[in-house]
Amino acid sequence: MDNAGALAPINETLGEYSQLFMLLAAMVYGVVFIIFALDLAKTNKSISEMDSEALKRDEELLVSAGGAVGTKPRSRRGAAVRADNVGEHIVTDKMEYTQLSAKRPTARIAVVLMWLAAALHGGAVVSRAIAAHRVPWGNMYEFLSTGAFLVALVFLLVLIFKDLRFMGSFISGLVTLMLCGATIGFPTPVGHLVPALQSPWIVIHVSIAVLASALFAISFAMNVLQLVQHARMNRLAAGQDDKLPFMRVVPGAGALENFAYRINTIGFVMWTFTVIAGAIWAEAAWSRYWGWDPKEVWSFVIWVVYAGYLHARATGGWTGPRSAWLSIIGFLCVVFNFTIVNIFFDGLHSYAGV
Amino acid sequence: MAKQQRNSKGTGDAPALGFMGSMRWIWTQLTSMPTALFLLLLLAVAAVPGSIFPQRDANPESVAQYLEQHTTAGPWLDRFQMFEVYSSVWFSAIYILLFVSLIGCIIPRVKKHAKALRTPPPRTPVRLERLPQYSSHEILEGETDTPDDQQVIEDSFRILKKRGYRVERREDATGASVAAERGYTREIGNLLFHISLMGVLASAAIGGALGYTGQRVVVEGETFVNSLVAYDSFTPGTGFNADNLPPFAVTLDKFDIIFDRESKSHFGQPLDFTAHVKVRESPDAEPVKQELKVNHPLRISGGDVYLVGNGYAPVITVKDGNGNVSYSGPAVSIPQDSVYTSMFVLKVPDAEPSQLGFQGFLLPTALVDENGFGISGDPNAINPQLHLNSYFGDLGLDDGNPQNVFVLDTEKMEPLNSRDLDAGGIILEAGQTYELPDGKGSITFDDLKRFVALDINHDPGKLPIGIFSGLALIGLAVSLFTPRRRVWVKLKQENGKRSIEYALLARGEDPRLEREAAELQKIFDKAWPLASQEQNQGAVNG
Ligand code: HEM
Repeated sequence: MDNAGALAPINETLGEYSQLFMLLAAMVYGVVFIIFALDLAKTNKSISEMDSEALKRDEELLVSAGGAVGTKPRSRRGAAVRADNVGEHIVTDKMEYTQLSAKRPTARIAVVLMWLAAALHGGAVVSRAIAAHRVPWGNMYEFLSTGAFLVALVFLLVLIFKDLRFMGSFISGLVTLMLCGATIGFPTPVGHLVPALQSPWIVIHVSIAVLASALFAISFAMNVLQLVQHARMNRLAAGQDDKLPFMRVVPGAGALENFAYRINTIGFVMWTFTVIAGAIWAEAAWSRYWGWDPKEVWSFVIWVVYAGYLHARATGGWTGPRSAWLSIIGFLCVVFNFTIVNIFFDGLHSYAGV
Repeated sequence: MAKQQRNSKGTGDAPALGFMGSMRWIWTQLTSMPTALFLLLLLAVAAVPGSIFPQRDANPESVAQYLEQHTTAGPWLDRFQMFEVYSSVWFSAIYILLFVSLIGCIIPRVKKHAKALRTPPPRTPVRLERLPQYSSHEILEGETDTPDDQQVIEDSFRILKKRGYRVERREDATGASVAAERGYTREIGNLLFHISLMGVLASAAIGGALGYTGQRVVVEGETFVNSLVAYDSFTPGTGFNADNLPPFAVTLDKFDIIFDRESKSHFGQPLDFTAHVKVRESPDAEPVKQELKVNHPLRISGGDVYLVGNGYAPVITVKDGNGNVSYSGPAVSIPQDSVYTSMFVLKVPDAEPSQLGFQGFLLPTALVDENGFGISGDPNAINPQLHLNSYFGDLGLDDGNPQNVFVLDTEKMEPLNSRDLDAGGIILEAGQTYELPDGKGSITFDDLKRFVALDINHDPGKLPIGIFSGLALIGLAVSLFTPRRRVWVKLKQENGKRSIEYALLARGEDPRLEREAAELQKIFDKAWPLASQEQNQGAVNG
């Protein structure tokens, strides 16, 4: 019995090149991460400088007006800074590019480099698909590398219209981590799919699942920032010092919450579709549409948590930080489903190639 | 949507309300949004243990093994139904409460929305300029196409209607105006979604009750006839009568596997399983040749047949100590790894004078490793060998307790062949016969066949579940992505000048309200000669 003619042969050389490019992309993303982090640190510093200049001007004004300066310098400084800057986010709530926000050369370099990394990454993903003559999401290596590509691509595309560079270090960090996981944790040479995965549903079910996860990742980052911003605003309102001035390149908590909500609604519809498509596929492949396999359990848990999140947003008293926590928990469940469940839990999905 | 405040005294004095009052209080609490939220989150948490502990439904052997290994925790976990989470009392309680809450939530919302659909758009506000998306334009008089008041109102009415708004003309003290509202489908979508969820649950329950599921192993050459006796295991739904099994038959002619022979890294990985079968829909129907594959079940009316497993079944003949054939036929072996090293157990209760038992491995392509042990080098049967130990004595089948066919209970048996005995183990190639020591009989490895493991089931709920899931998805998308907006267009007379003003108001989240305002602006500009604008764009949310 030979398999000539059953499935098109694998191009192993191309597959090896693909893996090399994947590694290269991971390294460039790592550099991008560092540059984005530098940008935040620099912003932190330049904003402090701007603040102290403003403070000096204020003090001169006060002195020339004959005020008693120097008796309570600290509180006065805090007050002055607040008077000038509270609510004046460098990135507006609509997250559009403005003159003020455009002046970030470091962040610009990071974005350009990230496009380069994404180009390498995209090349690696596509050549993997060509080498295998199928969609490149049949095992853990491929889920991670293709998923990471989608995260990066969605982010870069949104960047064209919206100034989300404040999330740059999170996204590039996440993508680097996913690619390291793929190339170091689960290196898998190109191969054919096992029979259970040979179905058109793999194209639909997995791609939408990965896309939904990428969206959840982005809204997760926004909800985390929302919580930080919320705490910071409360501190400022209480007259305390601004410990995190770089959060001024991040929009206000309310804007983050609304934006994350919009992304989550799209993610949730996609996840619903993923679960339904998975059930249809399972009916054909495993003889039952639902069997509480660990992967099914966690997909259900994720779905219910995000449904809870949507209800929370619609319930008085549960908006703001509380619903943000639900979205964060939802994404942690997505990560758990993608890592721990795939690796350690025994189930029908296990053959997905660990 | 929560309307908790009906009993404004709150929670403290519930008992004083009397029985009906308490019931109403409980009902109000149960159908409130915070309760729904709480139950949802509880459901998520309650589902988790089922992924941690083995579940009886899917994996009874793992549960038994777990109980053996955890003698203290095991029984306690069992008491709390941790091995059947999804049919447990507590899990059922949560989702039943949730769905009761859902029904209690939906009914008033359906009523309310039915009323809203018949209610005209709200009254035009006196001061439109206070609304977030407002603009006002002077109408240029004296142009050839300058419309009269009547015309402006008519045009606005038509334009807004065309854009999907429900419109109403108004005439009051402050002048003529048009009020418009859109987005009623949002609530309809939401209700469709929630009702469809109940549809899914109900279909699953009814489908499960009216259907059946069963398993059967079929060796090449054998025929499975769909009747109760033919099953290895069978689970009818509570409402299913096993006498009603549709009498179709499936014959396995041949089972083929294609293994990867080209890839270095994935050498020997299976690429394709194909069962060549003949199907007869009824006893007197013509047999039809079909292929049964993973992902391509046989769809027979009254039952779907799935390929869920496969392996080797050596054909064996055993003669007993009296020289009579006491076993003849294929014996299923269970593959343990990717090269189909298969566990083999054969019990021969009919052997005289003493019963015989065999246990060991089938090696499809037998090789000898460096320690002198037989191993399999390939999943295909290139050099099949049986490596067996044999026993005689009492198989322990007579005490009535059900036994696992794949476990040989050697407690009341004596070993005849094993590596540790002088006689050694049995090694048989296809076609060979081995004479057991002490004239206990013989065993012959006649032939090697493949078998398939089939799942056969029927679930009339599948189609309705599919339909309800689709409806739920549509309802969800409609409810999440349909914006609800109001628009008012008004005629104003001031200092002898006529102008139109209009304003938009979002109801709920609506990031695209601004764009809608710009769109309307463009259409109005085209409809009437208007002076350049004077605008006021405020917050996006209303
Ligand atoms: C089986 C359990 C339930 C699930 C899975 C579920 C799921 C959802 C989802 C995904 C949404 C989002 C759609 C939207 O925001 O428009 C939603 C909205 C909603 N649900 Fe549920 N739900 C459940 C039970 C309930 C119950 C018991 C109630 C009533 C107490 C309820 C009341 C609502 C309401 C009022 C909305 C609209 C919120 C809004 O306008 O944004 N749901 N539900």
